[in-house]
Amino acid sequence: MVYLTRKIEFSASHLYHNPAFSAEENRRVFGKCNNPHGHGHNYVLEVTVAGEPDPATGMVLDLKELKDILQREVTDRMDHRFLNYEVPELAGKIPTCENIAAVIWRLLEPKITRGHLNRVRLYETPDLFVDCYGEGNGARAPAGGGG
Amino acid sequence: MRLQLSRRYRFSASHRLHSAQLGEDENRRVYGKCNNPYGHGHNYVVEVAVSGPVDQSTGMIANLNDLDAFVDSEIIEPFDHKYLNEEVTEFRENVPTTENICIEIFNRLSRFPRARLERVRVEETGLNSFEYAGEPAGETHDR
Repeated sequence: MVYLTRKIEFSASHLYHNPAFSAEENRRVFGKCNNPHGHGHNYVLEVTVAGEPDPATGMVLDLKELKDILQREVTDRMDHRFLNYEVPELAGKIPTCENIAAVIWRLLEPKITRGHLNRVRLYETPDLFVDCYGEGNGARAPAGGGG
Repeated sequence: MRLQLSRRYRFSASHRLHSAQLGEDENRRVYGKCNNPYGHGHNYVVEVAVSGPVDQSTGMIANLNDLDAFVDSEIIEPFDHKYLNEEVTEFRENVPTTENICIEIFNRLSRFPRARLERVRVEETGLNSFEYAGEPAGETHDR
C-alpha cells in the first residue's frame, strides 16, 4: 500500500454561534470566535489517498485528477467564502475545524475512485489541525505520523 | 468516520543527558555534547492529539480553552524555562531524553477529562521528533 498526499490552501471566514445558547453563553463558550462580524483563516488541507500503484502507470491516482477533484469540491466551494452562510454543507453546523474536516471527508470520499481516501487533515492554523479517518482506517496508519 | 484534534504548544528548557547507571567515560561516549555538566537547552514543540465525539452544540471534540488550560498547568508551567533534571521530579531519576519527556507528557495529559488522549509528539529541534501513544491495553511502560 502506498499513501499519496496532496496539499491545497484556501482562505475563508467564519464565526461560532449556537442560536440555542444565550448571548452570554455564546461568548463564554466560543470567546473571540463568537464575534458576529466573523474572522478568517488560511486553511491548509492535506488529503491522503491509499492504494496500490497501477502497474501500467506507476500511479495510485493521477495527481492531475486529484487536483481537479480538490479544486471542484473544496476550493470552488470554500475559498474566499464566509463558511457559515455560503457553504450549504455547513448550514446549521458550527464551522469548527472538526465540522469542516468532516464535510470535506464526505465530499471527497465518493469522488476518489482509484485507491481510497485514507486521511483528511485540515489545518486552521499551523498550531491547530484535525485529522479525519474513515472507519477501518487506523489512526496510526502511516499517514497518521509526522506533521 | 473518526476525528482527531491536534494542537501544538511550545516550551523552552534545559537538560543534561547523564545516566547514573553509566560511568563518566561511558556517559561521555553515549551522550557526547549532551553530557556537558552545565546542561544545554532546546525550544521544544509538543503536539497533542485527542479524539472523541464532536459535541454538535459546539462543533468541538474539546473546547480549546479547556485543552490549553490543562496543557498549560500540566506541562508549560512546570517545564517552561526550567532545568528539567532538577526542577521536574520525574527527571531526577529518569534521563530527560526526548523519549522520556514524550512519555512523561503523555502520562500527564492522559488525565485530561474532556477527550481521549491519542498521541503526543515532541520535537526537540526542528530536525528530530518523538511520538508516544501509550502502551497497548494490559501493558505498562517499564520506567
